[in-house]
Amino acid sequence: MGKRSVVPFGPHHPVLPEPIHLDLVLEDETVIEAVPSIGYIHRGLETLVKKKDYKQYVYVVERICGICSFMHGMGYCESIEHVMNVEVPVRAKYLRTIWAELSRIHSHLLWLGLFADAFGFESLFMHSWRLREKILDMFEYSTGGRVIFSVNTVGGVLKDMPNEMLTKFVKMLDEMDGELRKVTGVFLNDYTVNSRLRDVGFLTYEKAWELGAVGPMGKASGLNVDMRQRKYAAYGDLDFTPITSNVGDCYARTDVRIQEIFQSIDLIRQAVAKIPEGPIATDVKGTPNGEYFMRVEQPRGEAVFYTRGNGSMYLDRARIRTPTFANIPALLETLKGAQLADVPLLVLTIDPCISCTER
Amino acid sequence: MANVKRSPWLLHYDGSSCNGCDIEVLACTTPVYDVERFGVVNTGDPFHADIFLITGGINSQNKEVVEQIYSQMPSPKVVVAVGTCACTGGVFKECYNILGGVDTVIPVDIYVPGCAARPESIIDGVVKAVALFQEKADAMDSKK
Repeated sequence: MGKRSVVPFGPHHPVLPEPIHLDLVLEDETVIEAVPSIGYIHRGLETLVKKKDYKQYVYVVERICGICSFMHGMGYCESIEHVMNVEVPVRAKYLRTIWAELSRIHSHLLWLGLFADAFGFESLFMHSWRLREKILDMFEYSTGGRVIFSVNTVGGVLKDMPNEMLTKFVKMLDEMDGELRKVTGVFLNDYTVNSRLRDVGFLTYEKAWELGAVGPMGKASGLNVDMRQRKYAAYGDLDFTPITSNVGDCYARTDVRIQEIFQSIDLIRQAVAKIPEGPIATDVKGTPNGEYFMRVEQPRGEAVFYTRGNGSMYLDRARIRTPTFANIPALLETLKGAQLADVPLLVLTIDPCISCTER
Repeated sequence: MANVKRSPWLLHYDGSSCNGCDIEVLACTTPVYDVERFGVVNTGDPFHADIFLITGGINSQNKEVVEQIYSQMPSPKVVVAVGTCACTGGVFKECYNILGGVDTVIPVDIYVPGCAARPESIIDGVVKAVALFQEKADAMDSKK
């Protein structure tokens, strides 16, 4: 047995855009145990329900996280809509689906870039982010915002996308296809990248199930859990099967996310073909009274939005369980037995969103 | 330090931001916006940094981290607060764990507003910071 030592990782670390702290217990270069401590970004925004009414709170929810901002807003609004029995217009549901899938593409491309940066492939990082900018252009074109675009409201959406704009977006996505395949092909086929990703950070199906891994982290270990199958928004009308893999290493997780990008493009194509004409929002009157658990599939996995109203403008409680929080136990499991040099890679492999985790 | 403004090194720390400004800061370094044309390099090491770019408000736990990073940076240094949260606390101002903007713990030179701050305004802030950085360096030289 070698000498044991404890190495701090974070909170300020070059590979992390956000602060998380891990105490790594090492034996020589091998990680024996990792002890996380979080709270560097904790703001306590769940308590803001006491100060902002349920409609204003949409803007707070959208600022839980800048990456999946739209999906947070969507989850919260659908939760309130269920409490208040509001029927959302079909066009609004489709628009939500399209924006949500665009968000997924943008988030996965962002992650691919950060991941490439974590294993030191700078130009791949640049290429992934260059492609991501095209998705952000679509957001800007349709809503005016780049990352936080606040188009959700209780009862529908605030902005419409004309049909010409939608067909233009599909055309833009079709044009991106070749470039996307070229860039993602490097992740999947390049010899050097493969040597960093393959057989690193295994998570078995049993462990993934036991630790409650969600999203691509669970899917890469064979867990067929995708909240979109619960048919919220317009997903009930669209045809898709969740992407899973049985391998469970870093390569499988990258592969699942890359395939999800192409799946999202396909879902957008289907949604644009089926979107009906009609209003984009219903007028919501009254106050929420009751409770609901809304489960949404975000790029990182399942997010849960619990809201409880008491018949006044201010909610009693809002509770948001985000996917990164659920994936931290799985991360600690993959870190056990890993080499110190692989730690940044493994931390990135769960697609950490610390501001989601800590709210 | 005649021409330090040609190559200022930048350190980015996420206070308690929602990530929106952070990814915009990173987007500044990527091909579409590319701040490297101004000689700006993103570094992870406070000891190498000239410009401290901070996003998000200050909470009780990251207060010490921010103070520590600031004290580790060599003089002259310029602090840029990016985003509404870093300027004032923003939408989270009323949260129990938010102490306020970055200026509650360290002196801030440039404020970049926006939620999330757009890459154009971040670059504008950084360019202003570079000019201020040269001024501070010149002032230090003349004291010698």
